[in-house]
Amino acid sequence: MITSRDTADVLSMKFEAKFSNSPTFEYFVIMNAIASGYTLILLFFPAKSSCGHFILVLDLIIALLLDSSISACLAIGQVGKKGNSHAGWLPICGQVPKFCDHVTGALISGFVAAIIYFLILLYSLHNLMNLFTTSQD
Amino acid sequence: MASEGVEKLPEVGHEQVPVVRSKVDWLVPVLRLLAFFATLSATLVMALNKETKTIVVATIGTVPIQATLTAKFQHTPAFVFFVVVNGNASLHNLLMLVVNFVWKKFDSKGLVPLAIASLDLMNVVIVSGGVSAAAFMGQLGRDGNSHARWNKICDKFETYCNHGSGAIIASFIGLTLMISISTISLVRLRNTYNKIVLNSSVGV
Repeated sequence: MITSRDTADVLSMKFEAKFSNSPTFEYFVIMNAIASGYTLILLFFPAKSSCGHFILVLDLIIALLLDSSISACLAIGQVGKKGNSHAGWLPICGQVPKFCDHVTGALISGFVAAIIYFLILLYSLHNLMNLFTTSQD
Repeated sequence: MASEGVEKLPEVGHEQVPVVRSKVDWLVPVLRLLAFFATLSATLVMALNKETKTIVVATIGTVPIQATLTAKFQHTPAFVFFVVVNGNASLHNLLMLVVNFVWKKFDSKGLVPLAIASLDLMNVVIVSGGVSAAAFMGQLGRDGNSHARWNKICDKFETYCNHGSGAIIASFIGLTLMISISTISLVRLRNTYNKIVLNSSVGV
């Protein structure tokens, strides 16, 4: 997402599309950067350490934030691709196709990351509480 | 003596358990009720969000030509998603409120608290997605995006924007309540399972 950039000449006006043009994409970049840094740090932690509950809460928060960032970006991306005739917003993907493709790729990997993080959350829940066994043996 | 000890234990348990239970038993149902009202109000306010405005577009001679513009929530897929997700969450909260009081009769395996906790978790994640999409869409409508030549619409449709932001705020409050409900029920689940593990180890 950070490297997505495209310029276009529309009616003799220079038109540049960067990810920082939209606060939504900035939010997406920041959230994914935090999530990847957090995952990197957690790689060095053993699975069932003493601060397991704290890690579970952090996992829940990060999964929540990842999901919200991808959802917001999908909403804005849909407007960018198809426009919104009722609000008079024209689609911009026709003018900056490279930017659009780049952003689409970033969103797809962000979506996969959100799904995988949800699975990680379920796994750490299971690890901590042995929830998927019935109470009576 | 052993049989006396076994007979004594349930009585002591009976006296102690209601005292401990009544202190915290009302917390989660009250939070759920509040979350239900928050998500329900968010759904209703956004679903009934509509504004019609007649604007003079041009003047031919002395006759002004008017155009009627409507702002509805269905125009934006993000708001449609928002309404659907909040409706789902309010239904879930209502159902869980009811299940909270009647699950003891139907539960034979102890899986119901687990089901409640995992459904809560899923609803929290989905509601957060809906809320953030609607919030960013609202920000776009309020400020526009000069780089993409998208004009802001809030200066023309003020009531629509205000209603929308009210619904989003209500949903944020509902989301916070649902997160706290989720954490509390997860902590309770841990305590229940720790007790069961302890009891079984002591018994053995």
